[in-house]
Parts: sequence; C-alpha cells; structure tokens
Amino acid sequence: MTGNFPYLVVGILFVMGFIGIIFEKNLVKIAIAVSVVEAATNLFIITLGYRSGGSIPVWTMAGGGSSRMVLPTPQALTLTAIVIGLATTALMLSFAMTIYRHYGSLDVRDVRRLQG
Amino acid sequence: MKARILFLVSILVVGGLLWSGLQAVHPFGEPNAAPMDEYFIANAQSEAAANNVVTSIVFDYRGFDTLGEGAVLFTAVISVAALFRKRGQH
Amino acid sequence: MNPLSVVARTVCNLFAWFLAVFGIYVIVHGHLTPGGGFQGGAVVATFMAFLLVAHGGRKMQSWVRKELFTLMECVGLTIFISAGLLGMSNTFFFNFLAKAGGLFGSTVPLGPNPGALNTSGTIALMNLSVGLEVVGGLSMILLYMFSGVHPEEPFGREETGHDR
Repeated sequence: MTGNFPYLVVGILFVMGFIGIIFEKNLVKIAIAVSVVEAATNLFIITLGYRSGGSIPVWTMAGGGSSRMVLPTPQALTLTAIVIGLATTALMLSFAMTIYRHYGSLDVRDVRRLQG
Repeated sequence: MKARILFLVSILVVGGLLWSGLQAVHPFGEPNAAPMDEYFIANAQSEAAANNVVTSIVFDYRGFDTLGEGAVLFTAVISVAALFRKRGQH
Repeated sequence: MNPLSVVARTVCNLFAWFLAVFGIYVIVHGHLTPGGGFQGGAVVATFMAFLLVAHGGRKMQSWVRKELFTLMECVGLTIFISAGLLGMSNTFFFNFLAKAGGLFGSTVPLGPNPGALNTSGTIALMNLSVGLEVVGGLSMILLYMFSGVHPEEPFGREETGHDR
C-alpha cells in the first residue's frame, strides 16, 4: 500500500473538499472547498508523470541527469488547469459579493427566494 | 435529518470508489511506456529550437490549448468587470 | 481600504521592485529555464497587489487607471493570435521563425548547453504576449473587485491610516 501513497493523499484531499462543499453553510467557505478539490486534481495529474530518479525536462545546464527525465506532458496540462481554477474562484467570489449586497447575509439557507 | 444521512452515505460511496480506483493505478515512479513523451524529449531541440521541453509543448506542439486558455482568462475578466458596474458608466 | 503604517509603507517602497524585476525575468527567459508567460505574469500581478495593500485605494487610483490594464490585456491577446495566424501557410500555430535566422532564429546545439536568448522563434514572442495578457487580466480583476466592496461611494472614500 505504501507504494501508491501519493495517490491516497490525493483521495483524502478530494474527500475533504467534497465534505466541505456539502456540509458548509457560508458561501465563502464553499468557494474555498471548491478550490481544495481543484488543487487535489492538479496534484493527481502531476504525480502521474513521475519517473524515479529523473530530473526536470529542461536541457539548459542539464549535467549528468540528462539520461532520465520526468514526463513533460502532464506538467503542460496542469498549467492550463491551474489558470482555469483561478478564473472559477474569482467568479465565485464575485458572485458571493453580489449576493451579499442584495440579501444582506452570506448564509446559504437565507438566499433561497427567487425574486427579481 | 434524512438529508444528512443521504449526504453521509454519498460521501462513503465516493470515498470507497476513490480508494479502490486509486490502488489500481500504476506504481508511483514507473509509468507505462510513453512513446509520445520520448519523442518530445528527443526532438524538442531540433524542431522547436527551445531548451525548455515543457514550454515547447505548451506553445508549439499544443498551442491550440493555450489559445483556449487565453479565451477562458479573457472571459473571466470581462465577467467580473460586468458584475461590478456602477450606475451611469457606459 | 486604509493604508498601513509607516513601517509597512517603507518596506513596500524598498522591496516591491524586486518583485517586478524577478517577474519580468521569469517571463522573458521562458524558453530556457522553468517558467514562462503564465507564471511570470502571476508574479508581476503580485507586485500590483502589494502596492494596493500597502498604500490604500485612493493613492492607487491616482497612480494607475483601469484603461491601462485593459489596453495591455487586449494587445497581448491580439499579438498571440496573429503570431499563430502568420504561419498559416503550413498549419495553424506553425513555428515559422524557428531556424530562419531572423528575429528569434538561431539554432540550438543538441544535448545539455547553457542557453542563448536568441533562439526558439515564435515561442519567445508568445511568452511575452501571454505575460502581458495575464498581468493586465489579474490586475483588472483585483481593481474591479476592490472597487465593488462599497458600491455606493466613489473609489476614494475618506481613508485614514494608523498615523495620518
């Protein structure tokens, strides 16, 4: 079991963020829990591409470690995923501010009315 | 009360599926054979003329994904600017 | 937002420029060392956030305007798309400046080597344009969300620091 330990850490982070989304009542805390779920996903993608004893996939001053490099493609996909997570978090917090301005409270149970 | 029991059951189901699924992934440190990444590492300097293999993948071999990412960032900025508009601004 | 005390303001005046220089270094050397457009753009946006937190909203409004960042973001995205369309004779996003001897067109010796800045064609051009776009976009998000906290008053309401 200890051979796959980083993947189990990813699973624990994902379940903790999921518990935060379901059981929290404050809008800002729900946004933080969504950010934790996105961080768990990015960590999973990066740790899939590791080769033991490898160095970074950069040829500048590579030295002796150029025989074995880690896989570069998961790192390129994670860059895009991080920027998309940032855009999602910025929009969720802006919606929380607008809801507070209209309803006067950030509690999820108070903002259930659908009015104009 | 009934809703809380349903939520706890769903969390246990998700946790169980993750536990069983994450143990079937390949062992940490030995990925399966990856011919595409071997090609990128071996040929990035002769074709794209860049020392950094990750940047040559992001901007040269897969530049179309970076175009979509620029569009996502632009849309997020425009949406935030449209939400916080005051009365009387054009 | 109230400006912070004299100690925080002095430290900001001394050390914020290291952030700006380091961010521009990470953007420009994107094809040689780990980094690139998105990472360096985030570092320069942290420089803007540092100034905003230490000096308060009213002084920030007197230094920069929102139209500057809009211009930076649009120019960055336009240069990125046209750098992709100019190689359209082969494919979309073809690296037509790579080994041509022109603007960024030296060749790279194979194997480990200390990097040269003149290499890698359209990749360096795209790094600069994406860096511009990320700086403009993140700073605009920051300024718009800051001005939306108190919507019924204009941007510079009456602000007092700890010792003003």
